[in-house]
Amino acid sequence: MSQNQDPLKGYCGPARACLESYGVRVWSDVRLVNAAGSVFEGVILPRSETFDDRHISLKLHNGYNVGVHVERVASIEGLGYKEAVYRIPEQEFPSRPDLPSVSLLGTGGTIASRLDYRTGAVIPAFTPGELYGAVPELADICNLTTRKIFGVFSENMGWEEHTALAEAVGAEIEAGADGIVIGHGTDTMGHTAAVLSFMVQDSPVPIVLVGSQRSSDRPSSDAALNLIHAVRAAGHGNIAEVQICMFGPTSDRYALLHRGTRCRKMHSSYRSTFRTVGDIPLCLVNTESFTVINEDHVPRDPGRKVRIDTRYDDRVTILYYYPGMKPDVLDALVDAGYRGVVIAGTGLGHVNKPLYPAIERAVSRGVHVMMTVQTLWGFVQMYVYETGRELLQLGVVPLDNMLPETALMKLGWVLGHTEDRQEVARMMQTPIAHEITVREPHNGYLILQGGLPEVDEFVAAHWK
Amino acid sequence: MSETFDYAGAGFKAGLEVHQQLLTEHKLFCRCPAGRYTREHDGTVLRHMRPTLSELGEYDGTALMEFKTRKNIIYLLNRINTCTYEMDDTPPFLVNERAVDIAIEQSLMLGCDIVDEVHIARKQYLDGSIPTGFQRTAVVGVNGSIPFRGRRLSITQVTLEEDSCREVSDRGHLIVWRTDRLGTPLIETVTGPELRNPEEVEQAILLIGKLCRSTGHVRTGIGASRQDVNVSVRGGRRVEIKGVPKASWARRLVHGEAVRQVNLLRLRDELHRRGFTEPADLGIEHRDVTELFRRSVLPALRREAWERWVEAGARRPGFELGEGPFTVRAVRLRSLAGLLGHPTQPGRDFSHELAGRIRVIATLDQLPILLHDGAWPGVPGAAAELDGLRRELGCAADDAVLVVWGPERDTVTAAEEIRLRLEDALDGVPSETRQPFADGGTDFERILPGPDRMYPDTDSPPQPLEAPRVRALRGALPPPPWERETAWGTLGVPAADIDELIRHGGALLVDRVVEEAGADPRLACFFFAERLKGLRREGLPVDGIAPTVWVELFRLFANMLVSREAWRLLVTALAMNPGRALPEIVRELRIGEPPAGWQEGLVELARTARPDHPDGTSAQLRRYLMGRAMETLRGRVPARTVAEVIVREMEAAP
Ligand SMILES: [Zn+2]
Repeated sequence: MSQNQDPLKGYCGPARACLESYGVRVWSDVRLVNAAGSVFEGVILPRSETFDDRHISLKLHNGYNVGVHVERVASIEGLGYKEAVYRIPEQEFPSRPDLPSVSLLGTGGTIASRLDYRTGAVIPAFTPGELYGAVPELADICNLTTRKIFGVFSENMGWEEHTALAEAVGAEIEAGADGIVIGHGTDTMGHTAAVLSFMVQDSPVPIVLVGSQRSSDRPSSDAALNLIHAVRAAGHGNIAEVQICMFGPTSDRYALLHRGTRCRKMHSSYRSTFRTVGDIPLCLVNTESFTVINEDHVPRDPGRKVRIDTRYDDRVTILYYYPGMKPDVLDALVDAGYRGVVIAGTGLGHVNKPLYPAIERAVSRGVHVMMTVQTLWGFVQMYVYETGRELLQLGVVPLDNMLPETALMKLGWVLGHTEDRQEVARMMQTPIAHEITVREPHNGYLILQGGLPEVDEFVAAHWK
Repeated sequence: MSETFDYAGAGFKAGLEVHQQLLTEHKLFCRCPAGRYTREHDGTVLRHMRPTLSELGEYDGTALMEFKTRKNIIYLLNRINTCTYEMDDTPPFLVNERAVDIAIEQSLMLGCDIVDEVHIARKQYLDGSIPTGFQRTAVVGVNGSIPFRGRRLSITQVTLEEDSCREVSDRGHLIVWRTDRLGTPLIETVTGPELRNPEEVEQAILLIGKLCRSTGHVRTGIGASRQDVNVSVRGGRRVEIKGVPKASWARRLVHGEAVRQVNLLRLRDELHRRGFTEPADLGIEHRDVTELFRRSVLPALRREAWERWVEAGARRPGFELGEGPFTVRAVRLRSLAGLLGHPTQPGRDFSHELAGRIRVIATLDQLPILLHDGAWPGVPGAAAELDGLRRELGCAADDAVLVVWGPERDTVTAAEEIRLRLEDALDGVPSETRQPFADGGTDFERILPGPDRMYPDTDSPPQPLEAPRVRALRGALPPPPWERETAWGTLGVPAADIDELIRHGGALLVDRVVEEAGADPRLACFFFAERLKGLRREGLPVDGIAPTVWVELFRLFANMLVSREAWRLLVTALAMNPGRALPEIVRELRIGEPPAGWQEGLVELARTARPDHPDGTSAQLRRYLMGRAMETLRGRVPARTVAEVIVREMEAAP
């Protein structure tokens, strides 16, 4: 690979000195003999910076890896050099005039990948040619183009990236894409979907975010099936909104399309981690069909003109309320220059009395204070109790059933447009993409309680 | 059988991979209980495995085969023994340290060098036996050896790994697994390919099994240890006989495989003789002949019979059932007449090799899986149908023909698989994994995967095994079986007893009571081998008695000779009352306390009591009186003293 790469990547201290003294490097194929006379034949692997500096990592010829302590190294003999090839052979992605064109935008993370078996390295696949090799089914669904916007982990997505992404989506739509798929890490996919719902309005085509909960280097990965579902939803689906496409159940059965403003990652590792909160999902998609669940959606309309509006102010934050919270927390945020605070309050949208002066101070300094509920489901209802009414008087803006994370993204976007108190409140309270719903259907709140006989029976019968 | 085969002459080589579950409370990478098996489930998950791309942008050999089968994989879950880790919905937790300790201990027993830093790797399995699609496994020991028949058998490596699911059923495109066993820690011991004949294979399995069990830290019972046997002959290839459940099966299986390889090499020579050396030389064509057999005299080839079979098995589209309409597909093999009947294993021929591949890869599993002209059914009218088929295909006299049937797409896969297997035949013996049967036969299971299915597990950090930890474990090792055999054999302990002691944990108890209670080793061996075996057989839970309690008991035996005669009473009381202290039991049974007036009672007994059916001999009378007296005096008055009183009284009697 590149000349300037460290030939002893990841090795420091005694381990590095040991390798240097034997004149071998990372990817050297070696015969190492230890103090006990045991012979290890294999390739020296790069060592992660987080591992200690006293062992040498080897991938043995039989496929296993071991670490040898430098103090037990009796000799190392170089036998050759086998560098990992970080390149996937490309096969041209076939083009068919009868299929829609879908544009896949990459933000980082891997959608598909291959393994270098000699070294164990995982190599991401991204170009259409690479993806065709990894997920050949895609060629029967659409004509695919890909564009890597940037390569960051999901947790490193920020306002700058959101802006770049929204602009890229706009450009692809202008260029005539029939649908957009965005490959995204799952951790902050909900935030990105929310902000894109505001930054990209009136899209004529579906905009589908997709990721995976099991990385694509695993045979059991959900990545390929998620990608197939997402590309189908983008190319053939009829819902022209920003949506998240991920597994419905943990089984390989179907995906759900969730509205970008109403969706949340609800489990750190389950495949079926995304759930629509306070409403029902938009659609069920599998490899053969679409089943629309929520009729109240914006249909595809090639004639519609997309509007990209990426103005934002990133001086916004969430304050997750807890009993005994002290006012200095809010004071500190205000003093630090934050312009907008979304409170995730208790119950119907409450905080304790000692916080009132701090809220009053914040509002008087022009900070916009919003109220959401940490219960996630349900509405802020500040007229029910005295507490709520007092908070309203202090200038807190209730956001009905907007999810706290969605409220945060929206507030940042709104503050990029105006600082006027009334106007901010009006914009926040006027839904753009169902971030506030008029009514909550009773099946919009369903958390089945395991352990109940009827629930267990249902689960046993339906988890297939 | 074995006697007629020249193993050395054939270049026979065999090696073992012995799998042994470790005795831990929890599984290897999650906190579920280990060893809790269930027959019911309360959840199911459907998954598919997708091969990861290999170097050339192609799918790796085994992976490709397993992908072609397009299996629907269902896991049966039970929350008693399965959490979201087993479902592959949660990443692994840190490795179970107790399992690592036991694996180190086992490696040391096998004479291995312990690796300095353990790296967990992933070994791909796409058959669904592990929901992640790979087994987490790590080398713990390397470069070991054990004494074996006057030489050293090398131990290439010992790995610590998670056990797989248990197969529930495999029908058509659906395979069902139960996850209870999944994740149980086990070690795999790999020997060098140094075993010279089937007898040595069996011996080595027994020796390694005994060695593993000698620490008392491994699981026992059905399925707790399984072995794979790798066999090859000169010119052949390594074939793995997978999951041999018992050492006693190994001989016939290994012999059968040696014969099979020699026969496949003969078949290769015959193919070469007929001018087939390259895949391109083969003339293999297939065609849909469903119509031709529409009213066949052979039920298997008729659509209605197929539909009935599908219905009877409740095979569902999208699950068990493959794609496309019922199809009979004929395959013509140019100039290969007679070769399908070429013998392979005892009682099997080359057509079985094809059938095995079709069953696994094309998932066509209605018996007999295929029909070929070398063994066409003899029912009336069948021969005419075969003639018709040969005419239809334009067969020459030296062509062979066979048919397969089932969902269309699977029959195409089957025809392709037949071509691939014949290509392999040109080369002799394909490297594969075979499943064993009780009759000594084997059948195709999968293509043997190579090292290129291994890659590092990015979910688990490497773990240094520090020298003090290894040292402590080494210091606590019991003597290896061969040392015990020598030491105790010299004392006159029978070999069978020594074997029993090592396999069932008695040896460790012998060590304790000899060391801590000064017991006589020979007597202790007899006690823990023979006496305990007897009580165990009677159903007494003697294995629940703690080692410290045994030590206490043997101290009692040493300090109070009469208590030895009450060993059965004492052990029974200890086994039936776990938690009760020995002194309490001794007091309750009044061990060592002669009953008041016992001598007068004995005199009375000797004067009055007589057997129901006296034979008039004094020996019978003495035995009878002894028996009656000891019922109350055992452990309280020495038997010898009782005997003296009885003899005295009998002699004094008129
Ligand atoms: Zn578990």
